[in-house]
Amino acid sequence: MGYARAATVSDLPLVRIENLSTHFSASRGPFRPPGVVRAVDGVSLEVFAGETLGLVGESGCGKSTLGRSLLRLIEPTSGKIFFEGQDITKLSQRELRPLRRKMQIVFQDPFSSLDPRMTVRDTVAEALEIHGLAHGRVALDERVAALFAKVGLRPDQMNRYPHEFSGGQRQRVGIARALAVEPKFIVADEPISALDVSIQAQIVNLLKDLQEELGLAYLFIAHDLKVVEYLSHRVAVMYLGRVVELALARDLYDHPSHPYTRALLSAVPVPDPEHKRERQVLEGDVPSPLNPPSGCAFHPRCPIVQKGLCDVSAPPLVALRARPTHQVACFKAEDPASAATQPVAAP
Amino acid sequence: MSTSSQATNSSRAWLRFKRNRGALVGLVLVCVVALLALLAPALAPHPPDVPYKSRTLTSRGVPIGPERAFPLGADSLGRCELSRLLYGGRVSLAVALASTLLLAIVGTGIGIASGYFGGLTDTVLMRGVDVLLSFPFLLVCMAINKTVARPGIWVLFLVLGFLSWTGLARQVRARTMQVRSLEFVTAARALGATHSRVIFRHILPNVASLVIVLCTTLVAEMIIVESVLSYLGVGVVPPTSSWGSMLQESDPYMRSVPRLLAIPAMAITVTVVGFNLLGEGLRDALDPKS
Repeated sequence: MGYARAATVSDLPLVRIENLSTHFSASRGPFRPPGVVRAVDGVSLEVFAGETLGLVGESGCGKSTLGRSLLRLIEPTSGKIFFEGQDITKLSQRELRPLRRKMQIVFQDPFSSLDPRMTVRDTVAEALEIHGLAHGRVALDERVAALFAKVGLRPDQMNRYPHEFSGGQRQRVGIARALAVEPKFIVADEPISALDVSIQAQIVNLLKDLQEELGLAYLFIAHDLKVVEYLSHRVAVMYLGRVVELALARDLYDHPSHPYTRALLSAVPVPDPEHKRERQVLEGDVPSPLNPPSGCAFHPRCPIVQKGLCDVSAPPLVALRARPTHQVACFKAEDPASAATQPVAAP
Repeated sequence: MSTSSQATNSSRAWLRFKRNRGALVGLVLVCVVALLALLAPALAPHPPDVPYKSRTLTSRGVPIGPERAFPLGADSLGRCELSRLLYGGRVSLAVALASTLLLAIVGTGIGIASGYFGGLTDTVLMRGVDVLLSFPFLLVCMAINKTVARPGIWVLFLVLGFLSWTGLARQVRARTMQVRSLEFVTAARALGATHSRVIFRHILPNVASLVIVLCTTLVAEMIIVESVLSYLGVGVVPPTSSWGSMLQESDPYMRSVPRLLAIPAMAITVTVVGFNLLGEGLRDALDPKS
C-alpha cells in the first residue's frame, strides 16, 4: 500500500488485522437456541506507525468491539491480528504481557475507567509497576509526576481520588495511564464522547500533540465525524460489523462514496445559518445484529438500493478506479447516477 | 498532597455515619457490650461457675433475687447471675465474631472467584452454594454435634462459619460481576495485570465495603443462631456457658423465676439490635449506592 500518508508513517503496518470476526452468543429466551451476534464480521484493517485511523459508525455497529478485539481484551472468533508483523492472535495472555506495553487503550467513560478506591497516582503507578518501569516510591512518584505534567495535570494533585477531578481531568489521568508504558499504538475508544463540548477540543488537541511528540498511532473510535476529520489521516466507516468505506480523511469527506457515509456526513451540523443543503435522512432503524439483512446489510435503508442485486449478495470492499486508496463496499459506488445524489460535503 | 485529601473516602464516610443517629446508637451499644464482655474478669463480682447455695438459694431451693452482693440475683444452681451474664457474653460474642470472620473469608473468596472467573468456575461454585443451602441447618448441627467426640465451642464455630457463608458469597459474586465489567478492570488487563493483581488491587477493595456491612449484620445473626442452638442443647455445652445456654438452663423456671430467662434474652436483644443498627449505619455510610 504505497499511497500518500503522513510523513512519519513507515511502510510496514504497525497493526494489521485480517478478516477479523468477533461473534457473541446471545440468549433469546429460555426456549430458543441462542442467537449469534456478529459484532465484528470479517474486518481487515491496517494501522501504520504514527498514523490516526478514524473508525466511525452508529452505536452498536461493533466499533468498540473491534478496538477491544484487536487488543485481545475480547477474544476474536476468527481472523488474525498482527502487531509489528507478529501474529498475536493465538498468544496466551502471559505471552501477550510484554506486548501490552506497546498497545494501550483510552476509554470513553471517565468515571468507570478509574478505580474509585485508588488515588490517581496509584492508578498511573500501577502501569509502571506491572512492567517494572520504575522501582521504589521516589522513582515511581517522579515518573508519575512527569506523566501528569505531560498530559496537562498538576503533579501536586496526584494523591487525590478520581471523584475529586472533573471529567476532562479524569480523561487526562486515563491518558497518562496509557502513556506510562510508552506505547506505540493506542486504541482511543470514543475518548471525548462523554465530555463537555468545551473540554472535547482540549483532549483532542492533547491527543494530537502527544502523537506528534511521541509518534503514536491511534485507532480513534468515534461517532462524531467532525472530530474524526480533524484528527485522522484515514477513516474507516463501519456498519453492522463490517467496514463499508475506507479512505484518506480528505477523500472521505470530499467524495463520500458509500450511501451510508453520505447519510452520516449530511447529518453533521454546519455552523452557518445561510448554508443550504440537502439533508439525507436515513429511513428506519439499524437492523438487529442478531438477524442482519440478506446481501448488503445496508440495503433496507439505502436510497440507491437495486432490487435483485443488493439484497442478494454482499458487496466486497474494493478500491475505486478513480482513487486506488479509496475502498468502498457498494455495488453502485462507481455508478455516475449515484454520484449525482451526493450532497455537498460540509466544509 | 494534604492528608485531608488522602483520607477523603473514609472521612466522607465518617461524616455520613456521624449524622446518622441510629448508627451512633448501634456503635455505642456494640462498644458497651464488647467492653463488658472483654472486662468480665474485672467486672464480675464472683467466679461464674461457683454455686453459693447457702447464701443464694432459699430453704426450698428457690434462687434469691437481686441484692447487694448479687446484683442480678442467683441462678437455679445458686451461681451469681451477673457474673454468668458477663462471662456468657464473652462466649456468645467470641463464637459469633469468630464464625463471622471465618464465613467472611470463605464467602468473600468464593464470591469473588465465582464472579470474577465466571463460566465453569461460577457454575460449579454456585451449584455448590445451592446444595449447601438445601441442607437443613439445624439437623446438620445436631448431626455434627452427635458424631463429634467432644462437642464444644470450636465445633459450633466451624459449623456456623462453614454453613453460613452462602448468602454473603452470592452478594459478593453479584458485586464482583458488576465491578469486573467496569472499565478500570479492562484497563488493568490491557496493561497486562495478572488475575491476582486485578483481584487484590481492584476487585477486593471495591467489594470490601459490602463485605463489612454484611458481616456486621451477620454477627447479629450468628449471636441469635448460637443462642438458638445452645437453647436446643446442640451448641455450647456445660460447663461453658453462653447466653444461649443460660436460656436453656433457665427454661424450667420460665414461670417461677422469669427473671432468669429475661436477663440473657435482654442481653441478646440489646447486642443484636446494636449490631443491626451499626450495620445499617455502615451501609448508609460506606455503600450509599446499595
